Amino acid sequence: MLPELGHFALILALLLAGLQAFFGIVGPAVGRDRWTAAATSAVAGQFVMIATAVGILVYAFVTYDFSVLYVAENSNSALPLMYRIAALWGAHEGSLLLWIFLLAVWTLAVAIASRNLPERFAARVLGVLGVLSFGFILFTLATSDPFRRLIPAAADGHDLNPLLQDPGLAIHPPVLYTGYVGLAVAFSFACAAMLEGRMDPDWARWTRPWTTAAWAFLTCGITLGSWWSYYTLGWGGYWAWDPVENASFMPWLVATALIHSLAVTEKRGLFKSWTLLLAIVAFSLSLMGTFLVRSGVLVSVHSFAADPSRGRFILVFLGLVIGGALTLYAWRAPLLKSNAGFDLLSRESFLLFNNILLVIAAATVLGGTLAPLIADTFGQPTLSVGPPYFRPTFLLAVIPLLLLLSIGIHASWKRGRLEAAARPLLVTLGIAVALGAATVFGFYGGRHALAIVGIGIGSWIILSSLLDPVDRLRRHLSLSRAVLGMTLAHIGMGVAVIALTGVESYTSERDIALSAGASAEVGGYDFKLLGTQPVEGPNYSAIRATVVVSRDGRPITTLFPESRTFWVQQQTRKVAGIYNRHGTDLFVALGDDLGAGSWSLRAQIRPMITLLWLGPLFMALGGALALSDRRYRLARAEARAGVKTPLGAAH
Amino acid sequence: MSPRFLIPLGVFAALVVVLAVGINHSPEVGVLQSPLVGHQIPDWELPILTDPTKTLGSRQLKGQWYVLNYWGTWCIACREEHAALLAAQRDARVQIIGVDWKTDNPTEDSDALEWLAKLGNPYSQVVSDHDGRTAINLGIAAAPESFLVNPEGVIVFKQPMGITPEVWKREFLSRLPPHSTVPPATPGAS
Repeated sequence: MLPELGHFALILALLLAGLQAFFGIVGPAVGRDRWTAAATSAVAGQFVMIATAVGILVYAFVTYDFSVLYVAENSNSALPLMYRIAALWGAHEGSLLLWIFLLAVWTLAVAIASRNLPERFAARVLGVLGVLSFGFILFTLATSDPFRRLIPAAADGHDLNPLLQDPGLAIHPPVLYTGYVGLAVAFSFACAAMLEGRMDPDWARWTRPWTTAAWAFLTCGITLGSWWSYYTLGWGGYWAWDPVENASFMPWLVATALIHSLAVTEKRGLFKSWTLLLAIVAFSLSLMGTFLVRSGVLVSVHSFAADPSRGRFILVFLGLVIGGALTLYAWRAPLLKSNAGFDLLSRESFLLFNNILLVIAAATVLGGTLAPLIADTFGQPTLSVGPPYFRPTFLLAVIPLLLLLSIGIHASWKRGRLEAAARPLLVTLGIAVALGAATVFGFYGGRHALAIVGIGIGSWIILSSLLDPVDRLRRHLSLSRAVLGMTLAHIGMGVAVIALTGVESYTSERDIALSAGASAEVGGYDFKLLGTQPVEGPNYSAIRATVVVSRDGRPITTLFPESRTFWVQQQTRKVAGIYNRHGTDLFVALGDDLGAGSWSLRAQIRPMITLLWLGPLFMALGGALALSDRRYRLARAEARAGVKTPLGAAH
Repeated sequence: MSPRFLIPLGVFAALVVVLAVGINHSPEVGVLQSPLVGHQIPDWELPILTDPTKTLGSRQLKGQWYVLNYWGTWCIACREEHAALLAAQRDARVQIIGVDWKTDNPTEDSDALEWLAKLGNPYSQVVSDHDGRTAINLGIAAAPESFLVNPEGVIVFKQPMGITPEVWKREFLSRLPPHSTVPPATPGAS
């Protein structure tokens, strides 16, 4: 009975989403205030319905209701509770429900926070969000109903994909989706402005915190995914330029550009139509990610059960939503004129370069990801594009971006006067290069002279980001949270650049065959296999190896890499043994049984890998700090007091 | 309207064309649709459970409809499925070839004989997949899985989980020619 109620709740949510879209968009257009106001009520109702549906599906998982097909396919009586809950997003249908739920959460947050925005504008934002929600709920009901019954019920379930039975993966999709879906808010703000045909001078200030929040979640989600693939896929890789990884990376790049162009639009009223376009593109890329993962067009380790009929539905939806938004853009964007000028070396210029380079970077990733498809369209044989394409082309755009970052943050708005900043910039550049050289030649050995560039650039970003805050602190001037957040995010970027350079240049890796008692040397460390033993998990059997790692005869740690075979799906998953020593990971994964007591092992020494996780964490924290800035709260207080800034951005 | 602002729409339209072509070209991959459906079944030849000196394979079965059913005594869902297979065998519309999948159960062969003696034998023939190589070729993710193969050796349908009486009727019987029957016992080759 309950699953049918869940299905019914989804149908009600669909109707409410339709009402929200209708009242939100048509109400302001025909000037009916009661219709306009109705959009908000629909939001609350829709949220309750979707939360009910999610709750019922979770309940079905928790209570082993194998009469629900989705539960029977993705759960098992031996599956631990935590993964029975995470199984909700373990496959296509449920993860789509999660997508819808998160959209409802964001929409509710917008509805609550935008009580202080102009009523018609807020209604239009909710209306556009309603269109998105309607499309996704319809998609779920039409092609991917998670509540479908299995009659007679299975005695036991087919189990959750073993790869997903891991804490890292249990939290990675919700965080990533929160970021993906959050970009829908920026998209809706852009569409609402275009529907109005004019952009309020405060538009950028309203949009910024939402965009920053979505960006911060996206940053965390991508990092969690990378961390997960590092320690569970068994080869110790953290990024493979896989289509699905790219699908999350492209919206991130464009969202990063959007954050920066929003700053220009807010401070100077420039780049208006460009900012709108970025807001559309960022969300479009996140929709396209959904399409790529679920349609089976591109095959990847992350792909869900692919189904062309689903792909067709998403493609039509994509065409309507993105095509509609871009048509609106072509029609309305020319109305938005900015007539202020700026110098070549002004901050506006640097942010323009930032945007151009980030968009180029996103375009190279998009090109590489879609290249196999484009080749297919023109009847060319199957083409595979991998790291040899992505690495150099991506760096080509990113190295100038990173170099300009250090200078750009010291440029002033409008006027191109860098003289004051020139001296400290050159000093920090000198220190950064010296640091890079010292790290490369003094610490890791001069094998990779190019690493000086990476470590130098990273250090320069950190040092030059600190110049201004330190200077202000010394003069006892206050620092806004927005500036602190920006500084922290830029430092995070610098840390990530250093980490990537270190990891890429100084990783030692060896595949070794060891019998019990034997040892091998990798990157200055000795890996000794003491033996292997069988162990039993709640729903898997595993072989666990005991590996002692020592350096110069002194034991450092004992690692226990496992190879787990899950009972139901008879699939094997590796769990690497990892020990972190001063930011360097000592990593060992268990390979195959070579017979006669001998095992293959993959041992890696990955220096600076901790920084690779810390860098993005700083970026996300920086985002969180920036969006808690006073002026966004002030905006609300002002609006509440009825103080409206004069309008008139449209000409 | 300045044409400059139409550029994004144009780029997007081109992208939609590429994706639309991609979707129609994409093989129907995934859990529910095996990429093998619609294609020749990969050649297989496996020893017969009751007489391992003889083998049965895709070549001998050319010209006949058959269902290839992967199972194992270690598989809970296979026990579930067993009753439906016995009922299907009583229909006698198509022969069911069982593949006993050993995986890492050392006593699978004797367990399998015991299982069939105790629970009944729905299969025209049972072969053993000892090293799992055929399972890999067929893209088996987890037992039970079943393929419906036509006389040309083309996989017509794949059931990625247990067969139930409804599934049997809807997905298997509906695809068979009317009035099909199980042919006389297929002899194994030496």
